[in-house]
Amino acid sequence: MTRKSCPLPTWISHLMEYASTDKSPKDASQRHNQHGEPEKAKGLISPTRYGNPVRRQRLLWGLAALLVVTVVVAIFSGRYPAPYLMSPRLLAEDPLARQIVLNLRLPRILTAVLLGMTLAGAGTVFQMIFRNPLVEPGFLGVSQGAAFGAALSIVAWNAGRQNASGPGIQVSAATFGFLGLLLSSTLARRIRYGGWTLRLVLAGIAVSALFSAGVGILKYVADPLTQLPELVFWMLGALWSVTWSKALSILPVTVTALVLLLLLRWRLNLLALDDATAFSLGAAPARERMVLLIAAVAAVSVVVSVSGIVGWIGLIVPHLARRLLGADAQGSLPGALLIGGAFAVFCDTLARTMLPGEIPLGILASLIGASIFIALMLVQPRSLGHNITG
Amino acid sequence: MTPIPITLSNIHFRYEGREVSVFEGLSLEIPPGSVTAILGPNGAGKSTLLHLILGLLTPSDGDVLLAQRPHRSYSRRELGRLVGLVAQEEVIPFSFTVQEYVLLGRAPYLNLLESPRPEDFIIARDALARVGAAEMATRPLQTLSGGERQLVLLARVLAQEPRILLLDEPTAHLDLGNKGRVLSLVKQQVATGVTAIFTTHEPDLAAALADYVVLMRAGQALAAGLLEDVFTAENLSRTYDVPIRVMRVENHRIVLVE
Repeated sequence: MTRKSCPLPTWISHLMEYASTDKSPKDASQRHNQHGEPEKAKGLISPTRYGNPVRRQRLLWGLAALLVVTVVVAIFSGRYPAPYLMSPRLLAEDPLARQIVLNLRLPRILTAVLLGMTLAGAGTVFQMIFRNPLVEPGFLGVSQGAAFGAALSIVAWNAGRQNASGPGIQVSAATFGFLGLLLSSTLARRIRYGGWTLRLVLAGIAVSALFSAGVGILKYVADPLTQLPELVFWMLGALWSVTWSKALSILPVTVTALVLLLLLRWRLNLLALDDATAFSLGAAPARERMVLLIAAVAAVSVVVSVSGIVGWIGLIVPHLARRLLGADAQGSLPGALLIGGAFAVFCDTLARTMLPGEIPLGILASLIGASIFIALMLVQPRSLGHNITG
Repeated sequence: MTPIPITLSNIHFRYEGREVSVFEGLSLEIPPGSVTAILGPNGAGKSTLLHLILGLLTPSDGDVLLAQRPHRSYSRRELGRLVGLVAQEEVIPFSFTVQEYVLLGRAPYLNLLESPRPEDFIIARDALARVGAAEMATRPLQTLSGGERQLVLLARVLAQEPRILLLDEPTAHLDLGNKGRVLSLVKQQVATGVTAIFTTHEPDLAAALADYVVLMRAGQALAAGLLEDVFTAENLSRTYDVPIRVMRVENHRIVLVE
């Protein structure tokens, strides 16, 4: 990727658009008239950058290769027999190494791939159907609901006791994640104020706040020696407890949801238009958005029930993908899945390799994700300036 | 193609949660294969009327008929092929390229899982060429000026090939050159059998483009009919509640506020 040919960080422009209150085309035209000819903007755009199917294909293959390389490196990374990397030959020679790779690393890597793909895919879907580049998959009360479910399971039913992060937590987290969505959408339907999106966002904020208060209460009453550490660790997000049975338990729902999203990826563009236009083009916006929403939330609740809360992937990866592949979900959705998968595997591998103890995945993902976000904002001040005027 | 007539009979409509109705018994005949202008002050119900014809809104009482059939007798995709809309100030939060956006006009011809086929690319490119924006195909929407953008919105609706064309203030914020381009495109469409309806705040534009005029005020059609009959100083003054003069210069009507 050559920096010079990059026209605009589109995701920054989205943020700018949303930061300013008036987004009417009228203003866009006025800005143009004031600041001169649109030809200036045209000069910055390399005509082959977006909308070129060949380039898009090539980029997607590149990202797929990146994912494969990340997974392969992750398989051979770890702290056995010595920190960081092990020789592939050891797989043939050392039965313990084989055991570790097959029963510990592989399910964990698979889960990381699913986690990253689900969060990034759901993030792309959420941002497009809510027509807002700042939403992330947890915002409808799903993340906080799942956290509450997990906390309740750890504290009230002691599910975590006998079997650390056992199926009790998983079921409870997934259930409450969905309950969060249900509460938000019911509430949104009753609010008599603003448009549908605004109502959903408001309801999501309120429901999330309720659940996080609930989590606070549970933290307060939790046994500080046994329950609290587990609860905190779950909230920070981690894949250390993943086994084959857990990995396989999330497989059906996540794969079904991801396939559905992929199949509907061009349709997603239509749903990113305003209601009247989408309707005029033969879509049933409310119904189609609901189908995608349910698929995305189902997948997110299921992965979150295993991983705990992992932030930033669902927010930043869709932006990265759009920036690389353009706004058209035909390219940006598969791109987001691939980047998300690779990013989650990368973070999780660091999390289990860097220190003798485990670093919570959520912390690493936020740390690295936020750093990338800041770096991207800082590298292109010129394009950013252009974007404000254009 | 036989042009499609639009009939609204005794329409009642009220937005959910609002006290005041927009329409209480509005009836209109939109003649097929012509250009109809809807004029009226802000809040007269012009956009609501377009949304009712589109089928996005459903009247609480009365019928909206497209070719003598109610909306519910059409499938969503059929309706998408029948009626196209260029909305007022459409906000597009993602920076699609011009080509990607124009291709969305082909959605009514594709099923849920399909993406544009090669012939759709050709139609989209053709639509862009017709609005004179062929060279913009790869540009992101957010780099376009207001005028270019409006042309691209039109190209999207041309790619849709609708039989009824609804335009909500299509020339707002456009300079004279682009205004002229939009006018001639609409005329071309109507010449091929499309029924076009547009709202506007510019009486001059209505005079230049429309065959029929509907003057609306507070949800009522004060006057509706042929341009010559309806476009009088008296009617316009009643519509806008200010004294208005209509001058004729050669074959053009010019509207002046006294």
